Amino acid sequence: MTLDYKGATEKYEPTLGLEVHVELNTNSKMFCSCATEFGAEPNTQTCPVCLGLPGALPVVNGKAIESTILIGLALNCSIAPYSRFARKNYFYPDMPKNFQTSQYDEPICVDGYLDVEIETDEGPKVFRVDIERVHMEEDTGKSLHVGGSTGRIHGAEYSLLDYNRAGIPLVEIVTRIIPGTGKYAPQVARAYVTQLRDILRSLGVSDVKMEQGSLRCDANVSLAPIGSGLLGTRSETKNVNSLRSVERALTGEIERQANRLEAGERIIQETRHFLEESGLTRPGRSKEQAEDYRYFPEPDLVPVTPDAKWIEELRAKLPENPADRRKRLQKEWNVPDSEMNSLINAELVDVVEETIKLGAEPTRARTWWLGEISRLANEKEVAPTSLITTAFVAEIIALITSGDLTDKLARQVVEGVVNGEGSPKQVIEKRGLKVVSDDSALMVAIEAAIAAQPDTAERIRGGNIPAAGALIGAVMKATGGQADAAKVRELLLKHLGQG
Amino acid sequence: MTNIHSTAAEMASALATKEISSVELTKQHLDRISAVDGKIHAFLHVDSEGAIAQAEAIDAKRAAGEKLAPLAGVPIAVKDILAQKGIPTTAGSKILEGWRPPYDSTVVAKLKAAGVVILGKTNMDEFAMGSSTENSAYGTTQNPWDLTRTPGGSSGGSAAAVSAFEAPLAIGTDTGGSIRQPAALTGIVGVKPTYGGVSRYGVIAYSSSLDQVGPFGRTVLDTALLHEVIAGHDERDSTSINAPVPQVVAAAKKLDVKGMKIGVIKELSGSGFQAGVSARINESLELLVAAGAEIVEVSCPNFEYALAAYYLIAPSEASSNLARFDSMRYGLRVGDDGSKGAEEVMSATREAGFGSEVKRRIILGTYALSSGYYDAYYGSAQKVRTLVKQDFEKAFAKADVLVSPVTPTTAFKIGEKSNDPVAMYLSDIATIPVNMAGIGGMSLPVGLAEEDGLPVGLQIMAPLMQDDRFYRVGGTLEAALLSKWGKPILSNAPDLMVQK
Repeated sequence: MTLDYKGATEKYEPTLGLEVHVELNTNSKMFCSCATEFGAEPNTQTCPVCLGLPGALPVVNGKAIESTILIGLALNCSIAPYSRFARKNYFYPDMPKNFQTSQYDEPICVDGYLDVEIETDEGPKVFRVDIERVHMEEDTGKSLHVGGSTGRIHGAEYSLLDYNRAGIPLVEIVTRIIPGTGKYAPQVARAYVTQLRDILRSLGVSDVKMEQGSLRCDANVSLAPIGSGLLGTRSETKNVNSLRSVERALTGEIERQANRLEAGERIIQETRHFLEESGLTRPGRSKEQAEDYRYFPEPDLVPVTPDAKWIEELRAKLPENPADRRKRLQKEWNVPDSEMNSLINAELVDVVEETIKLGAEPTRARTWWLGEISRLANEKEVAPTSLITTAFVAEIIALITSGDLTDKLARQVVEGVVNGEGSPKQVIEKRGLKVVSDDSALMVAIEAAIAAQPDTAERIRGGNIPAAGALIGAVMKATGGQADAAKVRELLLKHLGQG
Repeated sequence: MTNIHSTAAEMASALATKEISSVELTKQHLDRISAVDGKIHAFLHVDSEGAIAQAEAIDAKRAAGEKLAPLAGVPIAVKDILAQKGIPTTAGSKILEGWRPPYDSTVVAKLKAAGVVILGKTNMDEFAMGSSTENSAYGTTQNPWDLTRTPGGSSGGSAAAVSAFEAPLAIGTDTGGSIRQPAALTGIVGVKPTYGGVSRYGVIAYSSSLDQVGPFGRTVLDTALLHEVIAGHDERDSTSINAPVPQVVAAAKKLDVKGMKIGVIKELSGSGFQAGVSARINESLELLVAAGAEIVEVSCPNFEYALAAYYLIAPSEASSNLARFDSMRYGLRVGDDGSKGAEEVMSATREAGFGSEVKRRIILGTYALSSGYYDAYYGSAQKVRTLVKQDFEKAFAKADVLVSPVTPTTAFKIGEKSNDPVAMYLSDIATIPVNMAGIGGMSLPVGLAEEDGLPVGLQIMAPLMQDDRFYRVGGTLEAALLSKWGKPILSNAPDLMVQK
């Protein structure tokens, strides 16, 4: 009998471990001044240093150290007053020196944590994820194996190498083992990576694009019978390229391991590759015979010894934790969880906040971004923020609030701005969209409507308020729909002694 | 008359007064190379065209009245371990055959900027691993004093070129004695500067924490002039020292050691050293005393372990530094017949491209760094390194400079030690502690050994970044020796134009 996920987690306790690699968005590489832009022609962003030419020497990118310290501080780590680079030795064609310059037993940031909140059957619950270390290293080049069926080096006809990525600064963030998540393990992992991504984004140190590989997660998991207190053999799943995949990969892997254990088979310590299509993992390199990387301190680099004053300056510069900020904004805006989640999922929190800062009325700011602008963005299959600036949205909302635009007219203004007809002001002018709010102009229309329907006017004077609809409709028709209906109603009723 | 037998300082002043042009001087040296290098084999590549072009450019600048650096127009030979743009650079290895670097090492760039004319690249033990040039993949260099003997190594080609008047100056590298030992064996001056004093950028790495580039010359002043051209902070080498370059030229000219304390290292004297070597060293000490210096004895008990520790640290770093030679991007490629995978081609290339001494050190280093052995080997060796540094610190508390013989013996016969690695390693016993501590040292020719008539070198060592001290002592002693001999030591060497 095979176990499904529920069955698996009723019998086995998963233990997680997550390694996240982040490509920093520095302008130059970790150890040379080559550009780091994504998507350039292969091998155009290289030099003797990142190609590992004989005689070339590395020099550490100070900006990368600063970014790494910022990450460490944001993750509540201690910053080592003395840390060193080490060489990790192994042969692979996409590694120009056949060693990777990394950090080994003396990483720059240690002993941090990140609290992540998930929804459980009993409501929201916070899990503390302990961070073991945050360290710096250089990325490898990229191999493209051509021919053969697997896309892997074995069986390929030939391989192409692109060293543009070689030497891009990478930060590796390693958790301690995360016990006690039970059936929520995949959710905790996803929440952790999500929150980590948000923190990295708020620090401005990385593009954090999982699909481009600037944020990569290796998910380790092992199972042990519940209550056994044991730690099982783990597998490490790579190629997890989205937040959703983090959750799916772990769910699948927990199921797979549980069923192997049920069948009396043992778990092999190995690297597995996540297959996006099926949600399953396939075996990769076995780590049964642990590779000996012959680490030793990198003699070409001097130790990293950031001074305490600089670290405190960086700490003072840390932005508000994104999770805290959301809680604060939700409270300030007084919105329900569902709406806050919609804003978060649509990645609109920042723009809404900015729009409000520019003077827009909070409710309208949320409604416009989440409603009309998102709708247009969906139609065009682009991000809402690429359609219109926060300043224009704030300007339009201000006009609504002051009564110069109706919602209906405002939608036309937004459409005009999105279509490139200019600023809100220019669109209003070109399309002639200004609300008719001049009382005397409206009074002329109202009096005309009363004169045309004297019986209706009499009924209203007699207290039949709903009858006003007919006269309001007539006024709106006469003004080409540009009058503010509420204003018309107010003036009409007042004129007929009912205001 | 200025000619190839002049000192570099004399050449520089003759060039400055336009007594001779750089083109004439360069041609004289190229002619000398054509005439004698068939016997010496100091050069792996002679860049006649490039040298003449560089000399012409300098002459033109001088004619135009431009201000030039002191050594502008003087020729030089460069060890084939320094990258020079467009010029074959092999590090004495088959694995780099045909590689032409797309960039200049910092030292080569500095030489070019100072207008020093680069004649070509000199022979060396493969990847600087050796003490005789016998480990070169391109044949052995012969010692100009006796063609049946080695010039020492690994910078044997550079030392032989200067000793044979093929170049007045040369660049070498010194990881465990590779400048000082060949200087001693060929009767010239060689200096290993303080680690970090000269940039390593563009120097093909053997052992990164020990490698250092340095100058060769026939006199202390010539060596100092070259030292000042190549030294200084380089932001492309993280280990280069960001401090003013010691004033070595001024020190070389000082000719005064009154009141200086000269420490004789007990462990590097007496037994284990050839009698004729010890005799010349003692004679030098007497001359220094006569010049007003004081001799003190110092003890460095941990030097005993330095050689063993060196043969763990250097191979460990080498095993990693040499990993890049895998045929994927440059150099030799063997076995790529379309049927083999990358790993097989890498393996076949390294099997065919590396010589046996290089393979021996890669295997040694790989083993020493392996998990489970790291602490016992690499870890212990690093501790010895600390102890050697402490020995030096204590000794320098008692003396301004320390002295010892450079080598246990004078130049040995080609083939004499090539099948006995440990005997070969022992020829660096007195030079290795300097590299372990990162300090600088000079090899100064102090006469010929009675028993074989071959040159003997005195090693003078100074604390970190106090390189001027050994230039001061070396310059003073050189002057005393010259006045005693009445002629330069190299005038005792056989005439290569008639020698068979």
